[in-house]
Amino acid sequence: MRKVFLPRNMGELWSIMTDEPAARVYAGGTDLLVSMRSGAVVAPVLICLERLPELQGVREEGGEMWLGAATTHAALLRNPLVARHLPLLVQAVRTLGSPPIRNMGTIGGNVCTASPAGDTLPPLYVLAAEVELQHAGSRRRLPVREFITGPGQTRLAAGEILTGIHIRKPVEANCQRFEKIGQRRALACCIASLAALLTLTPAGVVISARLAWGSVGPTVVEAPAAEAALTGSVLSRDTLNRAAAFARQAVAPIDDIRASAAYRREVAGNLLLRLPQVQG
Amino acid sequence: MTVEFNLNGRKISVNVDPDRRAVDVLREELGLTGTKEGCGAGECGACTILVDGVNRLSCLMLAAQLAGREITTIEGLSRDEGLHPLQDAFVKHGAVQCGFCIPGMILGAAALLREKPTPTRDEIRQGISGNLCRCTGYQKIVDAVTEVTRAVKEEGKSS
Repeated sequence: MRKVFLPRNMGELWSIMTDEPAARVYAGGTDLLVSMRSGAVVAPVLICLERLPELQGVREEGGEMWLGAATTHAALLRNPLVARHLPLLVQAVRTLGSPPIRNMGTIGGNVCTASPAGDTLPPLYVLAAEVELQHAGSRRRLPVREFITGPGQTRLAAGEILTGIHIRKPVEANCQRFEKIGQRRALACCIASLAALLTLTPAGVVISARLAWGSVGPTVVEAPAAEAALTGSVLSRDTLNRAAAFARQAVAPIDDIRASAAYRREVAGNLLLRLPQVQG
Repeated sequence: MTVEFNLNGRKISVNVDPDRRAVDVLREELGLTGTKEGCGAGECGACTILVDGVNRLSCLMLAAQLAGREITTIEGLSRDEGLHPLQDAFVKHGAVQCGFCIPGMILGAAALLREKPTPTRDEIRQGISGNLCRCTGYQKIVDAVTEVTRAVKEEGKSS
């Protein structure tokens, strides 16, 4: 039998973490409990973060948004501030798991699980999100792309938890799009995804472009050459094809049960061709 | 540990290991076998229960997490002698074949209607998209849920 703690405030959390250094921390349980049942993860002690008010909710802090790490995906989708300021993230979260999974899983959990297929990760990369990490008595911020170091691997230190995510509001990005390929619409682990954050002139010329792909490499893949290929041009078929070629060079997909590496590489480029459909 | 929570409208207290899964507490400790276990990994929805009115998966919740919550299983969805309107509609439309997914399906639909009393067919399909059915092809399930939303709409008109 494992001990299971449900701390009610941060003071309780830090004292449990000090007393139980081998504890594994979880919020929704949609990843950790599955890995434990399959035997992939052994955890003698569990700490569930679902009842910590300090990790809940969404705040507007000047030009930034703060998302509490233990805020569920469903709560993000219901939040009017998230709807107004982070439409790219909203599009991604709508495709994540299923209604019950979104009622349980949290944004912080999606980041800490650091799956190459994590649906919130490509948007968080292009939004230049920063994770807020706390340790008993200390706090630091790290760009999400530095926090995640490999599949399932992060820079989370012993005794530290992710408490929130800071995102600068993308006020100028007037074209925000998330595209995901899966075997079906719900309950589908991602085969390839694209998050695009573009700023266009009224005539449709790209002023700036941020692009990130999911499920086509060990972590989220960025392709500065593809971004540069879009910048200064309208989103014509030729421009997009040129950018798609750079994207296919940048990705490093694998063959797995869901799709072949070759298919993923092809699709990673093709997802760019969908951008004109939503211009403006 | 002793876990106290509200189950189908009644306060209860059970003595269980804190890391027991909620689905096992319900089925094995409390004998409520209406809640099914399908995949055990969050991918099928058969073990759906309502936690404070929200559909969650009892295979991915531990006993300790039940503490203080209001839990509804299929056995308690109707709080009187008769069936819940969703259950009546499922019977009427023949929305049940093997039946294994139905408790979770009905609780998923109940959670959807609580949040959105008159969803469109598309919204119903999205609302139950976490509940897999391998028999019916979903058409009759969506018909059954639609019937309940129609009843809600008519009630709205007459009042």
